[in-house]
Amino acid sequence: MYVAVKGGEKAIDNAHAWLAEERRGDTSVAELSVAQIREQLSLAVNRVMTEGSLFDPDLAALAIKQSRGDLIEAVFLIRAYRTTLPRFGATLPVDTGGMACDRRISATFKDAPGGQVLGPTFDYTHRLLDFKLAAEGEVVPVETGAPRCGPTPHITEFLQGEDIIQREPESDAVPGDLTREPMEFPSNRALRLQSLTRGDEGFILGMAYSTQRGYARNHAFVGELRIGKVPVEMEIPELGFAIEIGELELTECETVNQFQGSKTEPPQFTRGYGLVFGQSERKSIAMALVDRALRWKELGEDNLGAAAQDEEFVLSHSDNIQATGFLEHIKLPHYVDFQSELELVRKLRREAEERLKGEFTAQEAAE
Amino acid sequence: MSDYNFAYLDEQTKRMIRRAILKGLAVPGYQVPFASREMPMPYGWGTGGVQVSAATLTPDDTFKVIDQGADDTTNAVSIRKFFENTAGVAVTEETEKATVIQTRHRIPEAELNEDQILVYQVPIPEPLRFLEPRETETRKMHSLEEYGLMHVKLYEDISQHGDIATAYAYPVMVSDRYVMDPSPIPKFDNPKLEMSAIQLFGAGREQRIYAVPPHTKVVSLDFEDYPFEASKADHPCDLCAAEDSYLDEVILDDAGNRMFVCSDTDYCRSRRAAGHVGRLGTELGTEDAA
Repeated sequence: MYVAVKGGEKAIDNAHAWLAEERRGDTSVAELSVAQIREQLSLAVNRVMTEGSLFDPDLAALAIKQSRGDLIEAVFLIRAYRTTLPRFGATLPVDTGGMACDRRISATFKDAPGGQVLGPTFDYTHRLLDFKLAAEGEVVPVETGAPRCGPTPHITEFLQGEDIIQREPESDAVPGDLTREPMEFPSNRALRLQSLTRGDEGFILGMAYSTQRGYARNHAFVGELRIGKVPVEMEIPELGFAIEIGELELTECETVNQFQGSKTEPPQFTRGYGLVFGQSERKSIAMALVDRALRWKELGEDNLGAAAQDEEFVLSHSDNIQATGFLEHIKLPHYVDFQSELELVRKLRREAEERLKGEFTAQEAAE
Repeated sequence: MSDYNFAYLDEQTKRMIRRAILKGLAVPGYQVPFASREMPMPYGWGTGGVQVSAATLTPDDTFKVIDQGADDTTNAVSIRKFFENTAGVAVTEETEKATVIQTRHRIPEAELNEDQILVYQVPIPEPLRFLEPRETETRKMHSLEEYGLMHVKLYEDISQHGDIATAYAYPVMVSDRYVMDPSPIPKFDNPKLEMSAIQLFGAGREQRIYAVPPHTKVVSLDFEDYPFEASKADHPCDLCAAEDSYLDEVILDDAGNRMFVCSDTDYCRSRRAAGHVGRLGTELGTEDAA
């Protein structure tokens, strides 16, 4: 006898209680603190801040704890929180030229003012599991030096001085905000860059990789990659001038791309740009490559039909919160639509079988 | 949850959504872009409907949520709870008592009246999307009223299968102007789209709102020689004996025995309360609906 599927509410409560228990894991093992996540899983924290579009390491760490380490789920928590925050205003644009760099490398010049600063990087580490870390993770104190105080100008400025790299159009127009206006196509570069910064790291990486493998290849050099802190300033109307309200850690990547020239532009170098929160090198480089691929129209290049050149394709599918929501919604009940499909397929089959039978008897009669 | 504004969204956001709703009502069937917000539930799980409901609800409203016609499916429970917590509105399972009904994939069987608002959750608002994936193209097609592609698709269905092979989300022409996706309701529900209540459609992920005002002409696309037909399983409900309601098929055992029950749980309950008993039903109150 059919028993109505009742009690959804109780089932949901029970599922949530079980989830909380699973999140905590074995209670004989010490609980993770938010501070531990913030300090020791900082690259995960950076990713959640970047894709969540909210710079707050503590909240990102909390989201990672709550999501059991599922970073897309953590991004979701941050995004849902972010929408509830009031907006007081906008800061001045940050000046990455004045960044206090922890790391700054250029693949295009052996040396340049400001120098090559390797900084804390996985590059050149041998990827061998360090079993010592399983026992204890204490680090031995290392030598420190005096911080370098000179300016660290952008590498592309040197190319610009020679007028051999494309100049970016200057504008004081207020850029759009894709979290406040619906996305419309064709969009513009400011919105594209916002979308790429928020976009899923894996998706942007895959898109960038596809350009390297020949789908709209735009041979990129990392002109510069810099990581460090920049001050954030805001103009306070009551004061009439800007004051510093905090600082952000950013990774900025500028690529320098080969360009043979087109119908409208002379041969010169062109640029791609990536900017993300915290130390997120892979994301910022990937972003710069995709940004460059999306600029084909403005540079008068041919549309090669590659996915990474297709603004509507890239921007409509880069957001992992949209993607995962829609993907996972197919877990929800669909028995009404399925029922109508079931009846349709049964009907079509019945008709097809009758047709076949009809043809068969006609054939028999003919013989 | 008292830290949040009434119905979760802030007033400015609700105003923005209301403007989109009013525009939608003024241009029936036209998809109005709106700056959809991230909600604390996933995209694809009713965020569009939730935002429209949030902008529509007032403290005096009585709210009902159905998913697949049922009040007690998990996501319906979750959305109802959300508004109970954030808006503190009265909730009901009874269609007649509700002033705002949020639905996924069904139109209630009971006829709605002019004091009610039906809010649909929409996954893909663009009826032409699976014929043309580009939004830039489909918007152009709508503005030029260029719907030939849709008719060709329906024609090809008939030439290949002998029938229009669309069983749900069956496209309609609204007010002789816009082709509209009625959301994935079974085509059985399509004739009900002409009703006295206001119908609002919200697609959160796709950032679109559209509407059908009361008593608006809504025609399911068809051909003279292949007229539209609203179909359902050819059975009465096994619990309440209704002949006129959309049915879900339930597998009873591994020998392939099935039963058919109303997908609209409130309709079924009210009929059973009125004494109707189906083939496998018992009188209401004598079974333990655990």
